[in-house]
Amino acid sequence: MNNKGVDKSKRQFLTSALTVVGAVGSGYLAVPFLAQMQPSVKTMAAGAPVEVDISKMEVGQLIRVAWRGKPVWVLNRTPEVIETLKTLDAELRDPLSNDSEQPASSKNQARSLKPEIFVAVGLCTHLGCSPTFRPEVAPIDLGEKWKGGFFCPCHGSWFDLAGRVYRGVPAPTNLEIPPYRYASETRIIIGEAAEEKNA
Amino acid sequence: MKPSRLSECGNWVLDRFPVTKFWNDHMAHYYAPKNFNIWYFFGSLALLVLVNQIITGILLTMNYKPDAKLAFDSVEYIMRDVPWGWLVRYMHSTGASAFFIVVYLHMFRALLYGSFKHPRELIWIFGMLLFVALMAEAFMGYLLPWGQMSFWGAQVIISLFSAIPVIGDDLSLWIRGDYVIADATLNRFFAFHVIAVPLVLVMLVFMHLVALHEVGSNNPDGIEIKASKDPWGHPIDGIPFHPYYTVKDLVGVGVFLLFFATVIFYMPEVGGYFLEHANFIPADPMKTPEHIAPVWYFTPFYSILRAIPDKFAGVIGMGGSIVVLFLMPWLDRCKVKSIRYRGGIFKKALFLFVVSFLALGYLGTQPVTPLATTMARLFTTIYFGFFLLMPIYTRWEKTKPVPRRLTKVHSLEEQLHALEEQLPALIEEITELKPVSTEIGHPAFKSTFFNRRPNPKGIADVISRLAIKLKGSLD
Amino acid sequence: MKNLIALLLLLTLSFGVVASEPVELQEADIDLSDNASLQRGAQHFVTYCLGCHSAKHMRYLRFALDTGVDQQKVLKDIAPEGASIYDQIHSAMNKHDAEKWFGVQPPDLSLIARSRGADWLYSYLKSYYVDPARPFGVNNLVFEDTAMPNPLWQLQGEQHAESRRTIYGEYTKLVLDEPGKLSEREFDRFVNDLVNFLVYVGEPVQLERERMGKYVIFFLLVFSVIAYLLKKEYWKDVD
Repeated sequence: MNNKGVDKSKRQFLTSALTVVGAVGSGYLAVPFLAQMQPSVKTMAAGAPVEVDISKMEVGQLIRVAWRGKPVWVLNRTPEVIETLKTLDAELRDPLSNDSEQPASSKNQARSLKPEIFVAVGLCTHLGCSPTFRPEVAPIDLGEKWKGGFFCPCHGSWFDLAGRVYRGVPAPTNLEIPPYRYASETRIIIGEAAEEKNA
Repeated sequence: MKPSRLSECGNWVLDRFPVTKFWNDHMAHYYAPKNFNIWYFFGSLALLVLVNQIITGILLTMNYKPDAKLAFDSVEYIMRDVPWGWLVRYMHSTGASAFFIVVYLHMFRALLYGSFKHPRELIWIFGMLLFVALMAEAFMGYLLPWGQMSFWGAQVIISLFSAIPVIGDDLSLWIRGDYVIADATLNRFFAFHVIAVPLVLVMLVFMHLVALHEVGSNNPDGIEIKASKDPWGHPIDGIPFHPYYTVKDLVGVGVFLLFFATVIFYMPEVGGYFLEHANFIPADPMKTPEHIAPVWYFTPFYSILRAIPDKFAGVIGMGGSIVVLFLMPWLDRCKVKSIRYRGGIFKKALFLFVVSFLALGYLGTQPVTPLATTMARLFTTIYFGFFLLMPIYTRWEKTKPVPRRLTKVHSLEEQLHALEEQLPALIEEITELKPVSTEIGHPAFKSTFFNRRPNPKGIADVISRLAIKLKGSLD
Repeated sequence: MKNLIALLLLLTLSFGVVASEPVELQEADIDLSDNASLQRGAQHFVTYCLGCHSAKHMRYLRFALDTGVDQQKVLKDIAPEGASIYDQIHSAMNKHDAEKWFGVQPPDLSLIARSRGADWLYSYLKSYYVDPARPFGVNNLVFEDTAMPNPLWQLQGEQHAESRRTIYGEYTKLVLDEPGKLSEREFDRFVNDLVNFLVYVGEPVQLERERMGKYVIFFLLVFSVIAYLLKKEYWKDVD
């Protein structure tokens, strides 16, 4: 081993330079490896928008479709129901939908593009069970206070027929409204956002 | 100086876990011979490739489906629909072939410098076990894409087990889990390839390195550096592994990755040798491809199998060609380790071995013809002759005197410089000046131009000198 | 001894000659950066091949993105009616019917260019000739007794085979009897576009990975050079 003058600064510089290059290289290598786990094209294909034909819907009927593996409800609301929605604000946790997920075009009292047709993701915002559809008023098992809505059997959360959550139940927010638009009067495309008009 | 928070945390760990001791024993104060040459890169490169296979393998298992109906399509899914899936796939397939290139060169180093001899026999044994495990891993991995070559290659090789008398058929049935290569086989090979054999490989690598660090590395001069120690107890001809070999191995890694990346980005199939053309056709149990050949790294052993006319004897021969490698430490009777100081007979024998290994490898890719079979038989004989006659021809080897200390290593710059100095004399010798006559102009202004043209006699002289030197290197 | 070794090596290497292809293949001109050719090839594929052959690993969306064609245009011109841009290229032919009619299900063509090679495909599609002994009335010089009929006969025309025996072996030539809709040059270009498309389908990422390669190589060169400088610096200590 020879102990000629060791140029420490040169070694330091080269070591740092190599470390930087190595780190950059590792970063570039990590990107594809991590991106690998992103949804593949097959998943995105399966998650493509779903078209729903509402021409044959009866008033008061609920249709269920699957979009991105989740149940989505399309509900044809009666005029009485739309009227009742206005009276429930006091019992709701978030009547103006400030904390919940919905497209801007659905941030209104009826939480939909058109008040007659309600579109929502049918999963309870508590832990993800799918609530049951209970349009009847004051049934025996739910009591006098029930004005029609969605009841989640798993932990007892109550939602009204605009998907808004009641106070005092486990679920924290209103039901999620997915992006959707009207391709025509009778066709809804779930998964594509409507053009944002001045609400 | 008051210890900082960071060093306090560090000390907490160090009091409970021997990080510093490990670092010193195996890196900073582990002394390796200072004369490692190019043949000494392949160990660390093998480790790099192993890490590559494991990481890319894990990513592949996220999307691969080990079901006979789904496997082939899932590979194409990875190639097209998974973001960057194609890169992971190519890194894994190129890595598999690179693994064998690196390992064959790594093993050859041991033959050159006697790294399998006392006291390193166990390192060699672990290494050979690693080689066998690697072959098993590669064989099972190759079934997974479920292409025509995957299926039929596995069909042929597993049916070899049925050649074993008495238990053969039941053994093949047990391995396959079905009467032919089927979904059951695919699933179990997946389990072995993904978890069982990798665990064995990692364990064997650990044991291989522990055994190595116990006795210390060999070197190109084949002498034990621990025989000459300095006043501090360190080998005089040794240098700490860190930083000298960590930094040198990084260069090796860079150069290796250059080759690796060139293959992946420009020629991942390598003409059908790394990714075989027939494997882009889904497996069809009803239709055998015209030409079944194993992947290139198995061809030498496949050649030996085919060369022997009897099925069972062929299996024994193929197995024997690996077993005989295990026995190297006891077949080689010469006390001198490195080829630099060994007798001409060993050099010539090793040369013949290399030629026969390469020839057998080539013949393994070709279809069977009478002439090819004869050549394969000839080279099989030479292959086995190298090992089985070794106790005889190495016992009375005329070795050269072995130095006590390591000989001087010429750096790359010194060697290039030496070549550069010889160049003018060489050019002088192989060319000659031929005058060109110019007829134009006044005679008084006539000047002679010369053209430098190749000199056949000079070239012949240089070539014959080179041939004599080459022959001399084998003495 | 050396001579013997040299002779043995030469003999061993001579096997390559014996094992070579009996039929000489014509060279296809593959250029994956030629988007116009790929689009023509895609159109040829869906018109003449999709009836029997699927290319099930290929999605229309990928084709649109790689060749820069507008997705709506792909859906209109290339994809069948009612397809979604995410769909894979599937044939309508039923597996059972196919086996009944052809004896074998027409193979999926997604990877045919990787297993057979571009030159083989190009030569194959051009080498059909009339043969009354075959069920569909045609045979192929490149793939003897092929079960596939000639989907391009109206474009190429009909050829017949002429064999000549010499001392060097048997030579077969194809002679055009009836010209088809396309001239010979136009037909060659047609087949070339189709094969170009099939090479692309075999590995859509080819062009991209070749493009990426130079950056990776450059980066690794920089890394190797700095590593070497660092090595030299440290190894000054060692005599």
